[in-house]
Amino acid sequence: MAEFNTTLKEQGEISIIKLKGFLDAHTAPVLESKFDELIKNNKYKIVVDFQDLAYISSAGLGVFMAYIEKVRENQGDIKLASMSDKVYNIFDLLGFPLLYEIFKTEEEAIKKFSE
Amino acid sequence: MKTQKLIVKSRTENLSRIRDFVSSNALEAGFNKDQIDEMILAVDEACTNVIKHAYNYSPDGEIRIEIRFDKSAFTITIEDEGVSFNPDVVPAPDLQKYYREHRVGGLGMYLMKTLMDDVEYKSEPGKFNRVSLTKKLKTT
Repeated sequence: MAEFNTTLKEQGEISIIKLKGFLDAHTAPVLESKFDELIKNNKYKIVVDFQDLAYISSAGLGVFMAYIEKVRENQGDIKLASMSDKVYNIFDLLGFPLLYEIFKTEEEAIKKFSE
Repeated sequence: MKTQKLIVKSRTENLSRIRDFVSSNALEAGFNKDQIDEMILAVDEACTNVIKHAYNYSPDGEIRIEIRFDKSAFTITIEDEGVSFNPDVVPAPDLQKYYREHRVGGLGMYLMKTLMDDVEYKSEPGKFNRVSLTKKLKTT
């Protein structure tokens, strides 16, 4: 079975979710519950670090679409960072860079929140 | 022509097994890593659609995957006995619509068509649905 997990760290008011492994229709609920938890705790400034993500399918992309409006309505954002070329290409193919800010590094994404 | 078959139940936990099945055969056929990644994703999307839409997440449906390849092409055929659909009525991806509706739909089919050289649907309602995904093996 494909392995997927997330780790969460807090830096000030910013929550950083680090993804690891394979994000598909089977593992997408793991990420959904992480977003649910953040939103329940009124944490709306979210950075997602893709550095250790090996794979994403449209079921994984759908998770970001499910939460983005709610997060932005609460003066927050979901910023994406550190994608491999392979993962970025899938986001790009589907036009996601029009809706999401994507950064080369986690640090740049965090910094953007304080601007 | 070489043929390989895999039959799995309609459960998302089987997606990784399906991806491995495609990967090992595509490697044997002589595709490079980028091409293999494209085929893996296309097949994942096709099987995810079967699990979600044809079987509506019922875990005991059957998904039959057959790979056939020779020196010129690699075809993955995915067959199910779930609910039929008309691929012509699946709309093209619309990001603004996804944003408004908080969900995505039709992305999988768009990815299949973009990542593969040929995508063919055949459906006999009440009997089977079949999608065939082909990638040509270009010798450089």
